[in-house]
Amino acid sequence: MAKVTLKIKRFDPQREPASWWSEHALEAEPTERVLDLLNRVKWEQDGTLSFRRSCGHGICGSDSMRIDGANRLACKTLVSELGSTITIEPLLGMRVQRDLIVDLEPFFAAYRTVKPYFISDAPPPPDGRERLQTPAQRLRFDDTTKCILCACCTASCPSFWASSEYIGPASIVQAHRFIFDSRDEGAGERLQVAGETMGVWRCHTAFNCTLACPRGINITQAIGEVKRALATGRVE
Amino acid sequence: MTHHHQFDAVIVGAGGAGLMAALQAARLTNVAVISKMYPTRSHTGTAQGGIAAPLGNMEEDHWEWYMYDTVKGGDYLVDQDAAEILARESVEAIYELEHMGLPFDRTQEGRIEQRRFGGHTREYGKGPVMRSCKSADRTGHMILQTLYQNCIKHNVRFFDEFFVADVLVHEGVARGVVAVEIATGELHLFHAKAVLLASGGFGRMFAVTSNAHSLTGEPVAALYRRGLPLEDMEFFQFHPTGIYKMGILLSEAARGEGGVLLNGRGERFLENYAPTLMDLAPRDMLSRFIYQEVAAGRGVDGKDYVHLDIRPETINRYGSAPGGRTVTAAELEEKLPDIIEMMRVYMGVEPMREPVPIQPTAHYAMGGIPTDNDGRVLAGPTRTVSGLYAAGECACVSVHGANRLGTNSLVDLVVFGRRGGKALGEFCRRADYAPLPPRAEAEAQGALDELRASRGGERVATLRSELQRVMMDKVGVFRKAAGMREALSAVRGLKERYTQIGLDDRGAAFNTDLLEAFELGALLDLAEVTAASALQRTESRGAHYRDDFPERDDTHWLKHTFAYRSEGGDVRPTRGEVRFETKPVVVTRFEPKPRTY
Ligand SMILES: Cc1cc2nc3c(=O)[nH]c(=O)nc-3n(C[C@H](O)[C@H](O)[C@H](O)COP(=O)(O)OP(=O)(O)OC[C@H]3O[C@@H](n4cnc5c(N)ncnc54)[C@H](O)[C@@H]3O)c2cc1C
Ligand code: FES
Repeated sequence: MAKVTLKIKRFDPQREPASWWSEHALEAEPTERVLDLLNRVKWEQDGTLSFRRSCGHGICGSDSMRIDGANRLACKTLVSELGSTITIEPLLGMRVQRDLIVDLEPFFAAYRTVKPYFISDAPPPPDGRERLQTPAQRLRFDDTTKCILCACCTASCPSFWASSEYIGPASIVQAHRFIFDSRDEGAGERLQVAGETMGVWRCHTAFNCTLACPRGINITQAIGEVKRALATGRVE
Repeated sequence: MTHHHQFDAVIVGAGGAGLMAALQAARLTNVAVISKMYPTRSHTGTAQGGIAAPLGNMEEDHWEWYMYDTVKGGDYLVDQDAAEILARESVEAIYELEHMGLPFDRTQEGRIEQRRFGGHTREYGKGPVMRSCKSADRTGHMILQTLYQNCIKHNVRFFDEFFVADVLVHEGVARGVVAVEIATGELHLFHAKAVLLASGGFGRMFAVTSNAHSLTGEPVAALYRRGLPLEDMEFFQFHPTGIYKMGILLSEAARGEGGVLLNGRGERFLENYAPTLMDLAPRDMLSRFIYQEVAAGRGVDGKDYVHLDIRPETINRYGSAPGGRTVTAAELEEKLPDIIEMMRVYMGVEPMREPVPIQPTAHYAMGGIPTDNDGRVLAGPTRTVSGLYAAGECACVSVHGANRLGTNSLVDLVVFGRRGGKALGEFCRRADYAPLPPRAEAEAQGALDELRASRGGERVATLRSELQRVMMDKVGVFRKAAGMREALSAVRGLKERYTQIGLDDRGAAFNTDLLEAFELGALLDLAEVTAASALQRTESRGAHYRDDFPERDDTHWLKHTFAYRSEGGDVRPTRGEVRFETKPVVVTRFEPKPRTY
């Protein structure tokens, strides 16, 4: 057990127009997760603290937030990785609705612009079975299938902070997942979206997204591959 | 103020079952999907290991073998007409997912790759078979993503972060739902011709669970409160391999790839319990065997856990990989990336060099809202409710009987989500809107306002953790009459104290304090039904194991439990006793036999 202090950035426009900080002293095990601590604050000290959470093990993407200045999932960040004072804020660059909850509607709207769904006019095989795809073809887009739409990447991107119209790394990751799928035929439509002014060229390879991704996706590389496809007109 | 909406079909829940149903129904009628979380946050996304179908891509397989495994796995409480549908339609369901773009793992020939999973066998139990289709160990994630993507493609209308508090069923006819818009706290009344519930499980009634914080079952409780039955609630599956103390799941896929369970002496103790299938025996049995080892003093370091060992040298020593192949660390990392990462992150264990502490974790509700094979909700053993449907984990068809096989929930979602969605859409084309009763939202409004204003001395979190503890201890893997009676009276005591809670948050927007309180109310009702159903079933079958009645009793108990509330009916937690009826099990091809592996 160690003593830790949580410093949480709070906001509740129903109560007061400006944000404030609340501080909470807790005894914590090194194996506890930041989400456990937030739950304990909410359950034992202050029921008004608001945040999203669901799965509790890093796969649903609900509890993305800024922990000591880095975008992370609270349920995947252990106390042992942090110091005795833990600073928690909502994601940057997104409208805060209450405490750690940000407005995700623009994020999902940007996601929808890249047509994040399988496009193919080719009929499935006449025997009704699966389309064929070799393990190598499958591997080509494996990394970007891991995305859980938590927004850690987009909310860490300086280009997104500068212009929230930029579709952001998460949308490009989703576009990549389909562009490089050998079965998909929508690459042209998606590359068009990605090539627009608010598309991939806004990316200045700051690498923040790759560092922020809790799923370990090499986002900068994926964006680079989409840029290359646009530049060469070839999907390889 | 209350917002009014009208949609032919309203679907509650945006996990695999809700989205599959939405895609089907949207072809026929106008549909709204309501979910208390963004769809991609649904718990389907956490499913790891796979989804079964006898495709025969790796080795010979047949739907009859699969049906048999499902029936036997469910300890013969499975309705065999439903299991036949599951086994046959699983094949086209998988192909449909692939055609929607789902990135399954592939064989060298470019076909969908399959792996072994607990309880799935060739030739009626002769040995394990490779039947589980998968995307590494994030199969549920890929299913959820693919279905959501297709909903976007087909412009399905979503109400994200809307919390359903009441399901309107009057005079045997469904008429809509009442939901809170979480961002504003405002109430929305949805008038519908038909409603399909797909709200998932409710494992948060237990202390150690693989289930998300959000799995609390309000829509299921709503039906029970309205006087509808819940089926087979005594059957709750404990998965053998949860991370010690945390309950986070380590998929059976780990054992499918060769991982073994070892006791405190480093022995592969399943040799003594399930000599044929060993580590791939069904979950109910493995959970009991683990606790038996612990009780015999052979837990690790005298504690209440054993080891899951996936070190390549261990797998190769036992020859436990599929076909006795030799495996390497690199291969395991490729096949099980997420669960290996979870072992590293949450336990600080290096699974390629050391074994991992595991214990059984509350995982899956076999019971739930009774339905027929087209998702129609039953009002009793022989009657249906007009315009009301259910699918997925919240429903009980029953294809899982007394114990679900691994991979069979995902199959259930797509097969019965699809059938339910189709039936829902067809119903809406024929039916008219049944009128809403006056002020249909008033009860839900009253209950929520009362909670929001509550200033009593009891805390929601305290009551919830007491509930979880008593359910885990007394209505868990091993049960007996005295313990279950204790649990039942404890739950009823907690229900009394629930009327004395006090909340901190009196706001409207994102009042999660209020929602957690409402969720606790649902858990209390569902826990009460679970404990009462378990107490009345005086036999052991599947996941329901009683020390005082250790044998299966087909003479008296080859039947489903239907549990009803005994009095009144409004939107608040129930009072009074639980009342029971039964329904016969449908037996078509496989007569009940003793269950050995
Ligand atoms: C860790 C883990 C691994 C698993 N692995 C496998 C596997 O490999 N194979 C397999 O077959 N099964 C597996 N399962 C089981 C399977 O994943 C679940 O049973 C299944 O996904 C449930 O799907 P569902 O669509 O019924 O519900 P869920 O996916 O849980 O979705 C429920 C939906 O209902 C909504 N909802 C709930 N309450 C309300 C309310 N009051 N108001 C509005 N909306 C509400 C939620 O927002 C959500 O959208 C696993 C389960 C777990 C926990
Ligand atoms: S709660 Fe699901 S990712 Fe953290």
